[in-house]
Amino acid sequence: MSELAFQLLLTLDATLRLATPLIFCALAGLFSERSGIIDISLEGKLLGSAFAAGAVAAVTGSVYVGLLAAIGVSVGMSLVHGFACITHRGNQIISGLAVNILASGLTVTLGIAFFRRGGQTPTLGADQRFQPIELPFTEILQHVPLLGVIYDELVSGHKLLVYVALIAVPLAALVLAKTRFGLRVRAVGESPEAVDSAGVSVPWLRYRAVIVAGILCGIAGAYLSTAHGAGFIREMSAGKGYIALAAMIFGKWRPWTALFACLLFGFLEAASSRLIGIEFPIIGEAPTDLMLILPYIMTVVLLAGFFGRAEAPSALGTPYVKEH
Amino acid sequence: MSSAPPLPRWADIGLLPLINLAIALVVSGLVVLAVGEDPIRAIDVMIQGAFFYEGSFGYTLYYTTNFIFTGLAVSVAFHALLFNIGGEGQAYIGGLGAGLVCLALDAVLPGLVLIPLAILAAAAFGAGWAFVPAWLQAYRGSHVVITTIMFNFIAAGVMVSLLAGPLIKRGQSSPTSRGFEESAQLPDMQEVLGFVGIEIGRSPLNLSFVLAIAACVFVWLLIWRTRFGYAVRTLGHSPQAAAYAGIRIPRTIILAMAISGGLAGLMAVNEVLGVQHRLLLNFTAGYGFTGIAVSLMGRNHPIGIVLASLLFGALYQGGSELDLEFQTITRDMLLVIQGLIILFSGALAYMLNPPLARVIASIAHARRPREAPA
Repeated sequence: MSELAFQLLLTLDATLRLATPLIFCALAGLFSERSGIIDISLEGKLLGSAFAAGAVAAVTGSVYVGLLAAIGVSVGMSLVHGFACITHRGNQIISGLAVNILASGLTVTLGIAFFRRGGQTPTLGADQRFQPIELPFTEILQHVPLLGVIYDELVSGHKLLVYVALIAVPLAALVLAKTRFGLRVRAVGESPEAVDSAGVSVPWLRYRAVIVAGILCGIAGAYLSTAHGAGFIREMSAGKGYIALAAMIFGKWRPWTALFACLLFGFLEAASSRLIGIEFPIIGEAPTDLMLILPYIMTVVLLAGFFGRAEAPSALGTPYVKEH
Repeated sequence: MSSAPPLPRWADIGLLPLINLAIALVVSGLVVLAVGEDPIRAIDVMIQGAFFYEGSFGYTLYYTTNFIFTGLAVSVAFHALLFNIGGEGQAYIGGLGAGLVCLALDAVLPGLVLIPLAILAAAAFGAGWAFVPAWLQAYRGSHVVITTIMFNFIAAGVMVSLLAGPLIKRGQSSPTSRGFEESAQLPDMQEVLGFVGIEIGRSPLNLSFVLAIAACVFVWLLIWRTRFGYAVRTLGHSPQAAAYAGIRIPRTIILAMAISGGLAGLMAVNEVLGVQHRLLLNFTAGYGFTGIAVSLMGRNHPIGIVLASLLFGALYQGGSELDLEFQTITRDMLLVIQGLIILFSGALAYMLNPPLARVIASIAHARRPREAPA
């Protein structure tokens, strides 16, 4: 196998790893926004849950307790957002912003108070982290040309949560398309009056949607600090929540297309880190800084309606006032 | 909830924001308590640090300057019901404009020509960076919140690649430009006041503060005393009414956003021309986001914005003292306070509206019979 192809394979492998938190967060945003609640607080929930997972895994020594803590914290943050936006019909953007800023401040403040390491959590040992899973048949397939290498490098050997993310996409698609809950979530995002007049509680439905978003963001956070990394570092989310938001919009608020966007954005990140300092004919050094902002540019171009049209749920961002 | 009587104006403008602020501060105090420190002492340290140490009030006003610009920026857009979250990026690119003018011309132009030119460039670049999301909102219906968020990240990427590339000072590895010549440096307040015989302590406070106050007057005149301001406020109250009244909505959106971006760009005057005297990464340091909190607390009015900026300036300056005085609380505590203020004064601003209105109404009701016989 040529060197170039092998490099590409490694890049795709890194793409999967980098796309995983994006996939969880994009699906989280999707549930929230399809129910009519704008969620720019993906970033804050990601950061808060990464901290919770890192801290709890370090203290208890169990990565699964860490995961539960991450989900708990993230759902708690979702409920704060829900309390402001659903119960008190506050501005959803302002509320999301508050959650994000609070997460930035609280993770570091609590981190310093608990661990005295400048906001980091202790480095996690191998048994406190998610470990790579070797899928079956790797041994047998090793001797098959091409397929063997692809299976070994790309498909097998990821951490549990990577596979969970990939399963979450069809699951989310199924829930939104086929289940009563999913159909109602979509309905309440388009026309809450109709849902209300059918006797279904709009606030309760929206609360459930943001709780689902909280669970998904929590898994993403646990992935950052206990699977991808080995402990929490300050500002660990580093804008990934916003990239996921962009991916969700780029995927036009649909699970499969959002997955595609997450993989694309993950690929850009993986490729740019591999291209740093490499000279190309004609263009010279690879513009890696610019590659990293490509997701944002592409999302703006999409929003501008220059290729395809991204239609947001029609009740997105408008609080529902029940008529008496 | 609909049964609650309307809140009197004085309570809506004065009492409710103060109660919300108090809740945010009490919850912040609980966080301080939770990490094992004394909140009363923390407040004392912050107040001393913000107002009473040598030169500290100058620092407070220096931070205040940044917040006035970014707060005004958010407010102008908000009057047109546009949520400009892009102040951070607009200030960043505004700094690029000012920096480019200084780097290109500081050897040939005297300060009296160069500095106004750089200030104009900061405003123009900031306005330009807001123009694209504004145009997309006005003509393509792309939501300005999302596009301005994206433009913040794009601005950061552009600045990194420029400062690590063409603008880097030769022979160094850290991504900053060369320092400006003296002609491009905005005079310190200490210098200016010393000239008229008033002595103040050393601080980064500079003439940008005067520019910030001028910007407040400008915004007040613009929004409440011009035809354009009327159009902006009409659009903010009711787009349908604005359309019916013949107001050109796309043009109003674009202008309001451009002015908003220009004001955010002016924040860079304080940082780049006033303090740093060179271009560097992340000089915006979140001031653009804080502008949202400032505008919310100041109820989008210049006077309110000055007061809120002063509060945040004191928080920032006082907060830096926390690092020195405490083991466990650092200036990251500021983000907690800021987040709580945005939550309680912004997202939950009207949570206490109905109960407060009921309390006030019942007090008024209880008084009436006693007053009647007199």
